[in-house]
Amino acid sequence: MEKPIIATIEKSVDEAEEIRTIFIQHTIQAKPGQFVMVWVPRLNEKPFAISYLEKDVLGITVAAVGECSRCLYEMKPGEKIGIRGPYGEPYHLQENQEKGCTMIMVGGGYGSASLTLLAEEALAKGMHVKFILGAREKKRLVYVERIKKLIGEENLLITTDDGSAGRKGFVTDALRTLIEQGEKIGKVYTCGPDKMMKAVAELCTAHNIQGEISMERWMKCGFGLCGHCCVDPLGFRVCVEGPVVSFETALQVKELGTYHRMQSSRKEKL
Amino acid sequence: MVDLPIDISVDLCGLKMKNPTMLASGLVGISGAACVFAAQHGAGAIVPKSIGPREREGHKNPILVEFQGGFLNAVGLPNAGVDQSLIELEFAMKHCADKGVPVILSLFGGTKEEFGEVVNKLSTLNPAMLEVNLSCPNTASDFGRAFALDAQHAADVIRIVNQNTMAKVSAKLAPNVPDIKEIARAVVEAGADAITATNTMPGMVIDVATGKPVLQNKEGGISGYAMKPIAVRCIYDLYKTVKVPIIGSGGVTTGNDAIEMIMAGATAVQIGTGIYYRGIEVFKKVTEEMIAFMKKEGYASLHEIRGLAHRE
Repeated sequence: MEKPIIATIEKSVDEAEEIRTIFIQHTIQAKPGQFVMVWVPRLNEKPFAISYLEKDVLGITVAAVGECSRCLYEMKPGEKIGIRGPYGEPYHLQENQEKGCTMIMVGGGYGSASLTLLAEEALAKGMHVKFILGAREKKRLVYVERIKKLIGEENLLITTDDGSAGRKGFVTDALRTLIEQGEKIGKVYTCGPDKMMKAVAELCTAHNIQGEISMERWMKCGFGLCGHCCVDPLGFRVCVEGPVVSFETALQVKELGTYHRMQSSRKEKL
Repeated sequence: MVDLPIDISVDLCGLKMKNPTMLASGLVGISGAACVFAAQHGAGAIVPKSIGPREREGHKNPILVEFQGGFLNAVGLPNAGVDQSLIELEFAMKHCADKGVPVILSLFGGTKEEFGEVVNKLSTLNPAMLEVNLSCPNTASDFGRAFALDAQHAADVIRIVNQNTMAKVSAKLAPNVPDIKEIARAVVEAGADAITATNTMPGMVIDVATGKPVLQNKEGGISGYAMKPIAVRCIYDLYKTVKVPIIGSGGVTTGNDAIEMIMAGATAVQIGTGIYYRGIEVFKKVTEEMIAFMKKEGYASLHEIRGLAHRE
């Protein structure tokens, strides 16, 4: 039944400046890359990537950027919200990978939420994982300790635009270095700002490396009926056929990194 | 037994449809590419989302919620406004035409004059057919009572639309009226070439855990399974009342549902919520199921079925 299930907030944990993860008492069968719709009664309902998934607790990471996300950001333990989902196409881990291959996660800002969950799944399957984590500046980096604990400090590469942490530059600079150093790459997964994901997909495609991106578009229903998240020119629904799509598909989406649709459906440049 | 070819094509006011399924207005058809996406999945015609005179955000989320038997929606007519939308509609018309799929442009206005303004602008695209949304149930707070609830107002809008276009015009009516036949007679007299029956039915879903209506607009329109018998009754009554083609809309999910509407008198059927129940391939599935039914029952064309329920 496509109807919010009311759940209680257990706790919220600061991740970075104006970014928090809220943990919700809610049991859900979901795969990394899928999302949930989170309802703040009588205010709004928005899609969120699942960033933590335990037996009966679900974590979503919220940046206080709009009216609804700020309200969620400020919610206290015991308060109630509605959850629908999970929805969408998850990431596809490469099965039967060649020995010695590395799965590379390339996350920008809190877009790393779904990738952290994917890294956990990859490790559980015995895969080798490296994580390139980027942000504009140090205070916007999320999940650093969590990822270090998961894959070891030596497998986490941090980049910041201003050089306040890790390597100064973009995630694509770190990825290019890995490729040039001859890293045996199985598949690359990326989630973050449009332009960053497009650059990652282009770089990998130029080197014949396969991978997937997780797209973000304005969503209303989340289950493929309203059509609001259909992208140009292929017309597919990001909430059903996505949000995770292959690099090949992503590079055919001409609006990726260029424009997106607002609440009315009007296009706005990125 | 000879396996006769089954003719499932439709001539709707001169529009040639390969099959009688149409994407209903209000769902999926948000952009030109989205319309082509539905056409690729087998829709016989496409009705994009309704276009109004100016940009409208529509309602905030939640805009859709399910209940046992259907969905309730209050999307609230989001659109970029007619000027910004022309390029999207042109894309839809061009690329759907390449696939042999006609596009019927849906429009709305808050006043009679606004309908005229939108039609004028849409006419620059030379559409073959327009669907006039007289009956959105979710915008009363902005627009007041829907035009389709009053025969005189509905007819006035159709007259203005007709004065401003060469296209065929279908009037989309509301089911929640004392007598849909009276409204239909009035719009046909005013020049409607077809009737779309029907829009959704007003309803509400309240979440008992919080005690709050789920939809941000509180009330919405019922679609899906629950709408089908309501729509079938309206189509049945209209078939006896007016001579123009009827486009059935409300709860069509399977081939049998489509056949049922055609037996009531529909020329073609629209599908919206069925996309949730059966995926975007619903158009292809419904068409295949209709063909299978006709084969099994020995019908060669839809003419043999149309209005069958009226025969004694």
